[in-house]
Amino acid sequence: MNACRRHENTQDCFVVPGKMALPNQYFAGRVGSRFIISLRDSTKILGVKCPKCKSVYVPPLEYCEKDMTKIDENWVELGNEGVLTNYTVVNYRDAHLPRKAPYILGMIKLDGAEAPFIHIVAGIEPENAAIGMRVKAVFSEKTTNTILDIDHFAPVEG
Amino acid sequence: MTKKKNRNVGIIGIGMTEISSHKENQNQPEMINEAVRAAIADAGITLSDIDCVVHGNMELFEMIHQPDLWHMIGTGALGKPGFRITTGGTTGMTLVAAADNLVASGMYDVVMAIGFNKLQEAGSTTGGITNMADPLWYRHLQTGALTSTSANLSIEEFGEARARKAAMKHRIMMDKHASLNERAHRRFGLEYDQMEDLMKNSPPLIGELRLIHMCSQSDGACVMILASEKKAKKICKKPVWIRDHIAVHREETASNAYFPILSETSQRVAARKLFTRNGIDNPVEYFDVFEMYDPSAWWGIEWLRDFFLLEGDEAIKMVEEGDWDLDGKVPVNPSGGVTASNPISATAMLKPAEVALQMRGDAGRHQLKREVRHGLASGFGGVMWTELMILEKDLNW
Repeated sequence: MNACRRHENTQDCFVVPGKMALPNQYFAGRVGSRFIISLRDSTKILGVKCPKCKSVYVPPLEYCEKDMTKIDENWVELGNEGVLTNYTVVNYRDAHLPRKAPYILGMIKLDGAEAPFIHIVAGIEPENAAIGMRVKAVFSEKTTNTILDIDHFAPVEG
Repeated sequence: MTKKKNRNVGIIGIGMTEISSHKENQNQPEMINEAVRAAIADAGITLSDIDCVVHGNMELFEMIHQPDLWHMIGTGALGKPGFRITTGGTTGMTLVAAADNLVASGMYDVVMAIGFNKLQEAGSTTGGITNMADPLWYRHLQTGALTSTSANLSIEEFGEARARKAAMKHRIMMDKHASLNERAHRRFGLEYDQMEDLMKNSPPLIGELRLIHMCSQSDGACVMILASEKKAKKICKKPVWIRDHIAVHREETASNAYFPILSETSQRVAARKLFTRNGIDNPVEYFDVFEMYDPSAWWGIEWLRDFFLLEGDEAIKMVEEGDWDLDGKVPVNPSGGVTASNPISATAMLKPAEVALQMRGDAGRHQLKREVRHGLASGFGGVMWTELMILEKDLNW
């Protein structure tokens, strides 16, 4: 049956090509905007700390995810350095990816943050990356007003 | 078909953001979280009391795929079962209907329904809507929610002068209601002596449809918390009961085929089935309020006839005589309706939410003077489908 279907004549069956591209915008909000402005203008990574459960969120939140406490004014400056807690190597190429493969996507737990977040790790060959290594933020020369105002994280020398 | 409910379900918490043209100060989860916090505070419970979360919007507006996942940080759904629902304009009411079904079935005791859209983030809502049409037959031709069909039908039946006047009267009445509602988005302060001017000078959109007739494009979120009868009575002093609801689909035009599959509008079919199975013989007599999803003033006047199973010019006569006004026979849209406020996937939830607030006496400045015991709320989804819901103040039907 399957063998038969493969040989069906589809010569005059139209395929309507599609490309969905609709304009849209995204409101970063007051909290997200402050985080980006700090990256862009002061090269400082900020988090917010819940006074109730002491969680430090980076990227920041307006309300604590765990206990709904309002935390959007409780900013803390995190070091621009942290620990690579895990990583993977991107080996395929695709138009939507920010780098040419191969490159490293790492989980970076900044000093003072509760949980790691994901960013690009560069300045090191994939085979030399190691869990537990110290990395620091390298900021972009041109701003995009996104998290990519951090260009990547690079190993801390020594 | 009869209604099947394993157990009764009450609305125990309602939360909504102010509805506005845009909200740059909040991202999506932050906006939703505002309504979630309000609903939880209204119910007097905590997030840990919620057993399940249903979430919905129309994602081709903000163009974020599966926003329920990202919104977890705003919905409090972390570690809980959840469902995502998107049924176009009816999304908001389908969310409530689904939450009702989930509780009525016995599956969950307390379910939170979240509807939202942030339409200012959408570059082209109509561009998104047209993607529902068949790419071969209709996508290039359809005009989304902007249509004059309803206007043309009314004009054909009642004549230009009478139909135009009735639609404009409905529109101004909606604006007057919205002006009393602090959360409503568009509040123009229109007066009835502006009718002639607006009929002539409001920018034309399609056919007889003008900008003033049409719904707004808004940002906002609405959240409702539903609970089983036992829990609702325990948690809430003033639960409002969801008696029954029905959905009637009608999508034939999505494929560009105009043969009538239903000989009547989905509004009329929904109303007849719902009222029959609930033994409601005279809906004008029975209901104390109707919150209608009226995407334009033209649709508003057409559907009043269908929803109340009226004939001929009965409904339009009631428009002319002010019978749908706040002190009329059946107050329609004390909230100001959809021409005032339209954060689309919250819109159809704002309808039962408003009815429930009216029943509780918590509507605010636009609270009806009469006691509201029996309420009706409708949702509309383009192409032409309908959701209809009966709400009750007392558990005695």
